[in-house]
Amino acid sequence: MGWFRTVRDSRAGAEAAASARSRDPIHIRVRDLHKRYGPHHVLKGVSFDVHRGKTNLVIGPSGSGKTVLMRQLVRLERPDEGEVRVDGVDFAKLRGLELDEARRTFGMVFQMSALFDSMSVYDNVAFPLRERLGLPPKEVRERVMARLESLGIADAAGKLPSALSGGMQKRVAVARALVLESPVLVYDEPTTGLDPITTRTVDDLIVEMQERFGLTSIVISHDMASVFRIADYITFLYYGEVHASGTPRELLESLDAPTMEFVEASGVSAEILDARRYSRTSAQSAT
Amino acid sequence: MARRAAEVALAPFAEVGALARMLSEAVFWGARPRYRGRVIVESMEFVGVGSIFIITVTGLFVGAVLGLQLADGFREFGAENQTGAVVGLALAREIGPVFAALMVSSRAGSAITTELGSMRVTSQIDALVTMAVNPVQYLVVPRLIAGVVMVPVLTMLFNLVGMFGAWFVCVKLLAIDSGIFLERMRWLVDWADVRQGLIKAAVFGLAVCLIACRQGFFAGGGAAGVGRATNRSVVHSAIAILMLDYLITGLVLGQGLF
Ligand SMILES: Nc1ncnc2c1ncn2[C@@H]1O[C@H](COP(=O)(O)OP(=O)(O)OP(=O)(O)O)[C@@H](O)[C@H]1O
Ligand SMILES: [Mg+2]
Repeated sequence: MGWFRTVRDSRAGAEAAASARSRDPIHIRVRDLHKRYGPHHVLKGVSFDVHRGKTNLVIGPSGSGKTVLMRQLVRLERPDEGEVRVDGVDFAKLRGLELDEARRTFGMVFQMSALFDSMSVYDNVAFPLRERLGLPPKEVRERVMARLESLGIADAAGKLPSALSGGMQKRVAVARALVLESPVLVYDEPTTGLDPITTRTVDDLIVEMQERFGLTSIVISHDMASVFRIADYITFLYYGEVHASGTPRELLESLDAPTMEFVEASGVSAEILDARRYSRTSAQSAT
Repeated sequence: MARRAAEVALAPFAEVGALARMLSEAVFWGARPRYRGRVIVESMEFVGVGSIFIITVTGLFVGAVLGLQLADGFREFGAENQTGAVVGLALAREIGPVFAALMVSSRAGSAITTELGSMRVTSQIDALVTMAVNPVQYLVVPRLIAGVVMVPVLTMLFNLVGMFGAWFVCVKLLAIDSGIFLERMRWLVDWADVRQGLIKAAVFGLAVCLIACRQGFFAGGGAAGVGRATNRSVVHSAIAILMLDYLITGLVLGQGLF
């Protein structure tokens, strides 16, 4: 049982450290991250901050390394160099049981939802509770139904994912990512391939989750319309390097050439930004 | 050019290396909790129960054809009474395990590759990792266990049905005496032959499911990539079964290897 106590102690220590730092507005500090695949240098020293309780966007052209960056953050892969400090703990260096424990920090919503297609919606959401926490069926049931209800998909509990629309699948994926109560939720291109109306629903969902549960959200996207609708902070990744990082307004005012070009191509201007921000806040105060 | 040739020449070794690595990972993760009884039973059901139909039908006809051919051949020497014995021996030692494994590969192995492959290309395997569920433990281990346990069981079934097919043809259609047919068979086929067949079946079952898992697990390139992986899975399985068959036979008989 020795190792068990060590793990619990280190976890208790980490939690204490976390609560001490939890007023730090920067939740995750990514510093000088490198990733190579053979001769192909994809991430060339990426550094940026993820703000606590905010919606943080990572944007950039196709092939710029956004998905690769996400895979390093949630430790689907191990970065070659650099740090991913989450509340002071460097995730890039973790291994074994510590890494297993740390994985609970991140909930992940994959691009095509990645629901287990052989399981019902209910079992998909119950899966992490059964596998990770080994909870008794009654408690699993309570937690799963609470999540499904809060996302308005309780009726779909018995259905298979393939019987749901893209927007519904996304909701199930969010429910599954939320059920372990991870403090950080990562979305990889959540709206790619969805129609404009569903895109808007998913955007609203992201903002709603962040506001209702105080989650830190990281959203990878190149759908510029939704980027400026939901972003509190934006990081612009351009072929493995960060060219701009800050609020949407700071990005609009950036003088960096690729950033200017990317923003211009998206057709977003300061006036539109003001209007969109306004519509979003008024919509929220209305509800 | 030379480099390309070297790559092609080394590919089979790289493949065997990848299989060995997956097997050792499966042993490592299979030995520690969690133990998922329900998932293992489901895998066994899929590999075993799901293959009963194809095993029964192919077993029946393989046995019948063997009976027909051997009875015809033996008649030349007036030895058609030996047909049952030789069919029994051939089934128990070789044809039962080889055919059962080939059938499992074409039915269950290909399905395993397709399932794991589509889980890979739709990020379901990545999703498991982010939930800290080891995908080798959750997906590969139960399927390997199912292969090792169920292919021998299916081999027994194949042998029984095959014997019946041969008996039916010889006794009912070719009028060989039933008593002599069975007595000769009991005389020639003993437990060691059956055991050799079952050991082969277990090894083939492991190989088929390992190859199927490995191809699916590392599939890439979307739906087309999964199709290619499934294709490779069946081809590699067939090659592996027949190569392993020669190897094991050589070891058991203690000759023909070096
Ligand atoms: N496993 C890998 N092996 C080799 N190269 C890779 C691998 N994964 C990604 N790459 C390369 O890294 C680069 C960045 O890929 P990535 O998928 O991160 O782009 P992206 O910014 O997410 O693009 P998109 O917006 O199209 O999704 C690409 O050139 C890709 O070919
Ligand atoms: Mg991508």
